[in-house]
Amino acid sequence: MTDSKQKSAPKSGFSRRAFLRGSGAVAAATALQTQAAVAVDDQGPNVVRGETSLTLNVNGQDVNVSCEPRTTLLDVLRYHLDLTGAKPVSLDGSSGASTVLIDGKPVMASTTLAMTAVGKEIKTVESLGGEQPDEVVKAFVEHDAQQCGFCTPGFVVAVRAFLDKNPDATEAEVRAGLNGNICRCGTYANIVEAALAVVKGG
Amino acid sequence: MPEEYSWPSREASAVIGKVHDRLDGVVKSTGAAKYTYDVNLKNQLIAVAYGSPYAHCKIKSLDVSGAEKTPGVVHVEVLPQGKKDTEIEWEGELLAVVAAESEAAAREGVSKIKITVEELDVFADESNLTAAEVAGRTGKGGGKAETVNEPGDDDDEDEFVEKELQRLFDESKYVLEGEYGIDAITHCCLEPHGATVQWKDGKLEAYLSTQNVSGTDEGFARDLELTADDVHVQCEYIGGGFGSKFAPDYWGIAAARISKATGRPVKLMLQRDQELKLGGSRPSGYIKVRLGADENGVVQVWDSLQWGSSGFRGGGVSHSVIPYVLVPPNYRRVSTTIKSNTANARAWRAPNHPQACAMSQTALDDLAAKMGADSYDVFLANLVNATNGKAEVYRAEMEVGAKLIDWKAKWHPHGKGPSRGAIVDGLGMGLHTWGGTANTSSCLLKIYPDGGVESFCGTQDLGTGTRTVCAQVLAETLGLEVGQVKVNIGSSRYPNSGASGGSTTVGAVCESHRRAGQDAVAKVFDLAARELGVDASVLEAVGGQIRDSANHQKRISWRKACSLIGLKPLEVTSNYRRGDESPLTDSGVGGVQMAHVEVDKETGVIKIKKFVAVQDQGLVINPKTCKSQIYGAVIMGIAAALYEQRVTDPQSGKFVNAELSDYKLARLGDVGEIVVELYEPDSERIRGVIGNGEPPAISPKAAIANAVANALGVRVPTIPMTPKRVLDALAKA
Repeated sequence: MTDSKQKSAPKSGFSRRAFLRGSGAVAAATALQTQAAVAVDDQGPNVVRGETSLTLNVNGQDVNVSCEPRTTLLDVLRYHLDLTGAKPVSLDGSSGASTVLIDGKPVMASTTLAMTAVGKEIKTVESLGGEQPDEVVKAFVEHDAQQCGFCTPGFVVAVRAFLDKNPDATEAEVRAGLNGNICRCGTYANIVEAALAVVKGG
Repeated sequence: MPEEYSWPSREASAVIGKVHDRLDGVVKSTGAAKYTYDVNLKNQLIAVAYGSPYAHCKIKSLDVSGAEKTPGVVHVEVLPQGKKDTEIEWEGELLAVVAAESEAAAREGVSKIKITVEELDVFADESNLTAAEVAGRTGKGGGKAETVNEPGDDDDEDEFVEKELQRLFDESKYVLEGEYGIDAITHCCLEPHGATVQWKDGKLEAYLSTQNVSGTDEGFARDLELTADDVHVQCEYIGGGFGSKFAPDYWGIAAARISKATGRPVKLMLQRDQELKLGGSRPSGYIKVRLGADENGVVQVWDSLQWGSSGFRGGGVSHSVIPYVLVPPNYRRVSTTIKSNTANARAWRAPNHPQACAMSQTALDDLAAKMGADSYDVFLANLVNATNGKAEVYRAEMEVGAKLIDWKAKWHPHGKGPSRGAIVDGLGMGLHTWGGTANTSSCLLKIYPDGGVESFCGTQDLGTGTRTVCAQVLAETLGLEVGQVKVNIGSSRYPNSGASGGSTTVGAVCESHRRAGQDAVAKVFDLAARELGVDASVLEAVGGQIRDSANHQKRISWRKACSLIGLKPLEVTSNYRRGDESPLTDSGVGGVQMAHVEVDKETGVIKIKKFVAVQDQGLVINPKTCKSQIYGAVIMGIAAALYEQRVTDPQSGKFVNAELSDYKLARLGDVGEIVVELYEPDSERIRGVIGNGEPPAISPKAAIANAVANALGVRVPTIPMTPKRVLDALAKA
């Protein structure tokens, strides 16, 4: 939080525009209505204060959220929308537990600022449930690809994204292509089976 | 009441012993399952703790004013150990808690806390016995000596043992000396330790990530000056425990205090680095071994000195399980403990056993290498030294395992296999033992007049499939489908059931649910017998019916039988007390594992080609979840053998890889082909249910280390066998 880069930045150097540009969210800026103001603090990180109103498209629905600009997509999902499938496991995204789909691509919600997801299609694991669960979910159940289950939602989304891109994946490709997620209970053998079952059509 | 509790035969079983999907599979796979971290209470505060940046220091001041002024921060509590002049003994020890409107604000508040300390001497080089002695950090860890010949009345016992061991070594056909070690690892639960709590009207609602639903209300109550009836602990789902989550922990208590002080619910979960630093670790262990064997490779004498640490209180691996399982008639084992500036260890899946196995069955394999013998034959010959009466089980399991891994065809003497470029391959094995006795458990079973069935038990499902096992046992007992039984677990308001530690849960819930089922169905039989005009003793519950076992035409449906109960549900509570003799459960298992690995001599990278686990566990209730447990244990073992390591800077005592990008765990592509075989002949099935959470987690390290030694012809002495250690071992050879 207090890395030297931020400390050495000039006091007035942290503008909303620069912040948005840095976040790659310029396109989203027009959609934002913000009362955020820059607070400058000699002692620590520069924090943009105040709440920002965002419209996010989550699981096919537009939702309005009011949050601080620094809020991650994961925190918005979990604390504002009570969509707790994506999990906070590592701060740096190395566990894959917070995997969601943004415009169809797997992304770590824990390292994505919510405001950068404005105007994009966000799909969480919850969208794969319901009356008729996704084939990947069914295969995870059938092949018991879960134990404690804490990593499972992230894995389900990662497998869904991987198979969308590689619908005919071989076992070797499955073993090579799903290494962004960690399971501590050790369900990998079952996940391989589940993924291959989906390839084979059930 | 039934005459006695029992299991149906293999042939007569409709549900138990049959594959069944875990009941919570869909909710876990779709994010609907609510873990402690996921419980969002209205108006809750998010708390983040501040930990000591120093591993050993005395606190001079802790300034939290910056945190208090941080926008969004509502409450800051300095913990008792954050007070001036407190000595801190490991890095990360929590000193203060910041509760705020959001996690980001709480973290920002934590970043504003300032500490000044007097730094104290740090020792964290647990593998270095000499350095520990110089630093004055060693202590006696006990030991034991046994010799077949006994000292005379006038002999000094220590001198006698020394001479006797020397005599035995002199007589030995083979003498092997070796040094082995296994570094500390952490539990690294993916859901960190923590709680979401609400203090309201002098009562505490606590959602706690715990392996001990029935036993943590007292812990909260004691520290908060409540009585246990004022505390309600809930844990429907837990994101990993592995032996580290038995108590509310001081941070859970702090969350409760903050809830009381602010009048708002509080969620306090450890941050990832804190989880790694504080959430639990497994003691390190290092050993110097000398063993002597006869011409058949049967070890006759063992002499070892071990050391290691469980943290600042010393500890280390218990000498009582050294040498592991295969104990020769003559041995001496001595243990030295080391006080290290690392957090105190917690029980880690099969406490002491994985390290003991890795520190002694490696020596046995080196003996085979020295003899130029097949490791399989040397393990087989040493089964005469099995102290747990399981020699025949091991022999049978070795046979099964050898077939599955194709041992005979793939075996080559140590270091003498063919190589493809720099790639060599090798085979190794290990074997283990564990108790797995049933814990204390009670089950309240309600049978409604409309045929509905519901059970209540204060147990927990760690991902082991406890829920599913409860439902299968009840369905079998009542002659119903699994889906007709509603299982309620995970609340301290339900009847008491023991903590899930030591592989005691499946036995516990099988005892309580089978008993409750048999007790309840006996009452239903009494009612049905009157209706059918038969004696209750001839009735059985099968396929949704109550029927005369000799004349199946005499029957009524389950629903009809239940309508005879009356207006109120039939309620039965049945108990089992740990240690009571019972035909339903037993304890004591074996288990054999074999690994086939490939090692790249140029890069030092080890790959698992195939891993075979053969495991006995008495009667298997659900082969699917049972196998999953074993797959998981093996994968955890692969991680510990090759990747996992708590890296502590010896100068500062800082845990330098406390994030998942640096704390290396196995990933999906690392585990190779794993084959699990449940060993369940009638002789095992008849014993009843035995827990299998720990046993298969024990042998992987030894089996893989031995396979690597077989591939290279050189021992990589310390686990994890990182590429650097492999290359170092090759360079030294």
